[in-house]
Amino acid sequence: MTDPSTDRNADQKAVTLADVPRGQRALVQRIASDDTQFRQRLQSMGVVKGTAVVVDHTAPLGDPRVYSLMGYSLTLRNSEARHILVSLQ
Amino acid sequence: MSIAGKAVTVALTGNPNSGKTTLFNRLTGANAPVGNYPRVTLTPHRREIIHRGWTITVVDLPGIYSLTSQTPEERTARDFIHFNAPDIVLNVIDSGNLDRSLFLTTQLIEMGRPRVHALNMMDEARRKGIAVDTGAMASMLGGAVVETVALTGDGFDALLDAIVAAAEAETVATGSQITYDRHLEQTIARVTAVIDELHPGKLDRSQSHWLAIKLLEGDDEVLAREGEHTSLIELIRRERESLARNHGEQVDTMIADARYGFINGMLQEVRTLSQAAGGTDLTRRLDRIILNRFLGLPVFLASLWIMFEATFSLGKYPTDWINAAVKAAGTFLNPVIPPGMLHDVVIDGVIAGIGGTLVFLPNIVILFFFLALFSETGYLARTAFLVDRLMHPFGLHGKAFIPLVMGFDCNVPAIMAARTIESPHSRLIAILVSPFMACSARLPVFVLFAGAFFAEWAGTVVFVMYVISILAAMIAAVMIGRFLKGEGQTAFAMELPPYRLPTLRAVWFHMWERAQSFLQKVGGVILVGSVVIWFLQAFPNQTAETEAFDARITAAQAQDDTPERADLLAQLELQKNQDRLVHSYLGRASQAVTPLFGALGFDWRDTTAILTGFVAKEVVVASYAVLYNQSEEGGKDGLKVALAGAMPPLRAFAFMVFILLYSPCLSTIAVIWREAGSWRWSAFSVAFSFGFAWVLAWLVLLVGGLIT
Repeated sequence: MTDPSTDRNADQKAVTLADVPRGQRALVQRIASDDTQFRQRLQSMGVVKGTAVVVDHTAPLGDPRVYSLMGYSLTLRNSEARHILVSLQ
Repeated sequence: MSIAGKAVTVALTGNPNSGKTTLFNRLTGANAPVGNYPRVTLTPHRREIIHRGWTITVVDLPGIYSLTSQTPEERTARDFIHFNAPDIVLNVIDSGNLDRSLFLTTQLIEMGRPRVHALNMMDEARRKGIAVDTGAMASMLGGAVVETVALTGDGFDALLDAIVAAAEAETVATGSQITYDRHLEQTIARVTAVIDELHPGKLDRSQSHWLAIKLLEGDDEVLAREGEHTSLIELIRRERESLARNHGEQVDTMIADARYGFINGMLQEVRTLSQAAGGTDLTRRLDRIILNRFLGLPVFLASLWIMFEATFSLGKYPTDWINAAVKAAGTFLNPVIPPGMLHDVVIDGVIAGIGGTLVFLPNIVILFFFLALFSETGYLARTAFLVDRLMHPFGLHGKAFIPLVMGFDCNVPAIMAARTIESPHSRLIAILVSPFMACSARLPVFVLFAGAFFAEWAGTVVFVMYVISILAAMIAAVMIGRFLKGEGQTAFAMELPPYRLPTLRAVWFHMWERAQSFLQKVGGVILVGSVVIWFLQAFPNQTAETEAFDARITAAQAQDDTPERADLLAQLELQKNQDRLVHSYLGRASQAVTPLFGALGFDWRDTTAILTGFVAKEVVVASYAVLYNQSEEGGKDGLKVALAGAMPPLRAFAFMVFILLYSPCLSTIAVIWREAGSWRWSAFSVAFSFGFAWVLAWLVLLVGGLIT
């Protein structure tokens, strides 16, 4: 199903958005989810390959978190962010 | 295009929070509710305006990020554009947030309707150092691009001119095509050809092209619509698989990537960013405190405390005035209406019932002022973020927190506040759970009972009631969540809008709308309910028993005028009154229902109090006062003493738990009906909470019996 080149990429830095520490900048690689609705929802909010994301804030219990991307703020539960593969910059 | 009557229909679309509803209100002079959080427009509003001889009908569609069929809002917007084919789509874009906002625009281009684009909130964008070449943008997007500021009305004339120009235009400006990956383009072309074959002459090119893209994207709704064409569905399935295999990406991702690619390319040409506007803006500075991991919750609790404190302390004065006015109305009408039934209905039924409810108006208006403030500034979305994790285990969305807290004051506005929850499933749970929050009308019952049965522990017992209230709401949420096989939790992914200062006008209309709906309720359901209850407790007023009392009273009156006689007369009047109540329709109904509470040991008086509490929980204490022969005022201690002898403390505690949880009052039932959209949910709420209260009260008796 998946392109070997993307796989190699993901293996090298198998980092998800949920792992990115606060203040760190990351680039979205892909959304690893089979749920079309979920994918489309995130895509419509700018989570696509190459989008730069910074972790801004963390809720009191560490979940959800606020991310800034494309000049606006997006909140995601960690369970959602875990499906977003990123590379660190 | 309907040039004939010089009339056009304009569909207003845009991202949530793009200022779309503000633009609609300002453009058409309407007062649709706005809010600085996503998804405020639930049903399309439409208004007409006249410009240069054209009648322009503006339809305000829900705010959406995309034209898929994921949410009801997206379906509403998409179906309107696809099936109603509005003459013009007016696309409102947040100028400060072009990269993401234009994603929706790329889909509008593919839907092929004539478009006009409003680059809204241009003032904010300029402050951020953003400048846009609108001419170049217009040719790429197809359709005029006008800079606007919806808050002030800047650019509206140009916007209306552009709409009229688009309406008068002979041809539709097409704009640039979004180019997809070569393989994908070939596939789209193949699917488009098949669609044209299947729907000969029915779809124009852009429509079948759009349909092809939607099908390849895997849009459930469009797939279902084409379900009869099995060959097409099969083709789509094969094409999707082969594309995904060859590209290592799902087709919807390929499509999204291409759209953002188009946006990036365009913005490089038309947008210039000057570095002048550096530094941290207000939103970032405020969020450092408000969304701080450790300060966030304390700040939130403090603002809640201020809200409640203000609701009660500021509300006290107008409440006193209303009380005085109600009293004055009673005193005025008392001698005016001749004694008799009409007199009693008006004084004891209508004025008592309406007056008793009207006193809540100030509290409700003040509460809504704060809520409007919270929502307009953008704080509400942030509170949902702060508490989401705490609510999650109970199947409640973070946004359900506000309605629940508000429920401590009154369940009615609490249920209305559940409107802010976007997922219908989570919203329904919040609506059905809100009545378990111990509203202020239940407080008198707790105070009375705690005082009568647990004098030394009264404060603690009342506090325990509030704890049970919260626990019950959480347990109920879990139970209802199991029971409702909804779509479950929707993605939390939520935009946090920048902080904005609310306009006085918007806040004022928020409050006015709430006050109005509350007054309508007072004039409707509460008026009728009060009159009905009065009749039920007043009739039949002549029975064999009352006549027997009348005879004894007449006999007593014939005696010499001594203090003993006065005492006897008063005694007889009270006994007669009590006896009449026992045999009234209400009394008989209560006795008929009493067996229901047999296992709980509640007698017919308790049952009457429970029944009258259906109308409004405030009535419970008043019922006891009448039933136990004690006037409510002055005789509070007398009532306590009478009550204390009537049942053991354990049963009293069980009764308190029952009153806390059992079926919501009439107003709440009415508001559940309206907000959940069906009387069935009201019926469910009544039955569910009744059963829940019964079981919990029974458990209290059981466990309490084992301990003591």
